Amino acid sequence: MILAVLEQSDGSLKKISAELAAAARRAQALLGADGVALLLIGADPAAVDAAMALDCDLCLTVQGEAFATYAAEAWAAAVVQAAKEVSAPLVLLGSTSFGRDLAPRVAGIMQAGLLADLGDLTVEDGRLVAERSVYSGKVIAKVASLSDVTVATVRPNAFSPAGAGTSPSQRRELEVAVDPATVHCRVREVRRQAATRPELTEASVVVAGGRGLKDPENFHLVEELADLLGAAVGTTRATVDAGWRPHSEQIGQTGKNIAPALYINVGISGAVQHISGVLGSRTIVSINRDAEAPIFKISDYGLVGDALEILPHLIDEVRRLG
Amino acid sequence: MQVVVLVKQVADTAARIKLADGKQDIDRQSASLIVNPYDEMAVEEALRIKEKHGATVCVVTLGEAKAEEALRTALAMGADEAARVTAPASDPLTVAKALAQAVRELGADIVIAGRSAADDEQGQVGAMVATELGWPHVTEVTKLELSGDAGVAEREVEGGVEVLDFSLPVVVTAQEGLNTPRYASLPGIMKAKRKEIRQIAVDGAALGQPVLETRSLELPPARAQGKILSGLEPAAAAKELVRILHEEAKLI
Repeated sequence: MILAVLEQSDGSLKKISAELAAAARRAQALLGADGVALLLIGADPAAVDAAMALDCDLCLTVQGEAFATYAAEAWAAAVVQAAKEVSAPLVLLGSTSFGRDLAPRVAGIMQAGLLADLGDLTVEDGRLVAERSVYSGKVIAKVASLSDVTVATVRPNAFSPAGAGTSPSQRRELEVAVDPATVHCRVREVRRQAATRPELTEASVVVAGGRGLKDPENFHLVEELADLLGAAVGTTRATVDAGWRPHSEQIGQTGKNIAPALYINVGISGAVQHISGVLGSRTIVSINRDAEAPIFKISDYGLVGDALEILPHLIDEVRRLG
Repeated sequence: MQVVVLVKQVADTAARIKLADGKQDIDRQSASLIVNPYDEMAVEEALRIKEKHGATVCVVTLGEAKAEEALRTALAMGADEAARVTAPASDPLTVAKALAQAVRELGADIVIAGRSAADDEQGQVGAMVATELGWPHVTEVTKLELSGDAGVAEREVEGGVEVLDFSLPVVVTAQEGLNTPRYASLPGIMKAKRKEIRQIAVDGAALGQPVLETRSLELPPARAQGKILSGLEPAAAAKELVRILHEEAKLI
């Protein structure tokens, strides 16, 4: 079976989980595997119920004191055991802060090829092959996994979330023995930021502002537009370095890669390192006063003009749509 | 305390990237080579540990002789020692095995690497070195505090910050926000030129077979020219843009 390692917090599945289930179904068809197994580690019962309702064949759960909080060593042991349990040819994780931390450890233990940050999967002469964006989006590399088992991290928003299954899936509790003496690193706490907007990497609409807004005070315009559209707020390295915005909002090579259905950017000229982080967006809309700005080269729609003059009108027009 | 920093020389992606004949690699002759920016943060963090707790900082790279430039840069920033590893390693797993072997030979209490390299953007090697050594790891660290043989690291996660406790030895990878790397001083640069670089050869038999293979590199297809509106009054421009997004693209 294809194994997908789901993510949850406080009893609900994260958005990436249903996307992983969908990616696993697609991989099952590609590889001719005999089903999809979803793995939940240290999850609340409500999250397990939500996973069971997804389109899958088996839901594996791992519980116990060793899995109360994230600890890569313990969790990797659980993933490896689950992969063996279902003879998985492919183990999928999200390309999230969690998946990026855990996947290389799992791949290292299994001596498996790790296809990182993929948007789609293909099979060429029996090998799993992924196209990856490298060199800040300037080059596309075709990478093949050569090992019997492959591990992959899947980009958020790359697959439409799986719907409900048509037949009930099975549930199996997996006993994973972890000697506490072998766990040398563990999450002590997670400081949650009050989330009033969707998360940047998960959002289907992102509105970002850059230095063209001229003053950090003017960012309220970006926030207002984002809230009208139910969007996440993003920014560039330049404003983060200038102390205008927090690093958690930074899009691009040294920040987050985004892949929303709609990316609206205002006052962002489009440095290479920013562009590399937005190429996964389906539609890019840019507003910039400089008609020669590099951002327009990758934009589906562009508006040449002053961001501060246009934004209030844009907000009015969007509000008028209701 | 012994700190090992893993650094990689990469093509500056802000400059033009050309593909080499055969499309298996980029044209390294024409590329402008720099120290991977995240690795500079790793070096900086090691120097801060040295200044605060007292430590020997050894920078390690895997690559051809030209990659020693990256080691010289790190030495000029203030690293004490440098080693270049040569090994027939091609993918993240074999590179990690070769580097882990070097760490075993050099000895370390903490290994710091960048979160990923700006060229192949794999983000795998740091955690794989830890796995190979049987050590814990924390990736994408934005804050690091050591005390005795333990420490606390913070990393940004979706919607918050994760705080982790770990014991030494450990491998951590540096994320933007951890620090701002210092510039090399002129005396530092002069001193770095004279330092000896230790050579560590790792035999291919110790690495096993690669598990990933880059089949080809391509330049991405140019995006179709978009619809650019210019010369409109702000109110009219906003109205037209919203009309397009709502009626034509049906995105809002």
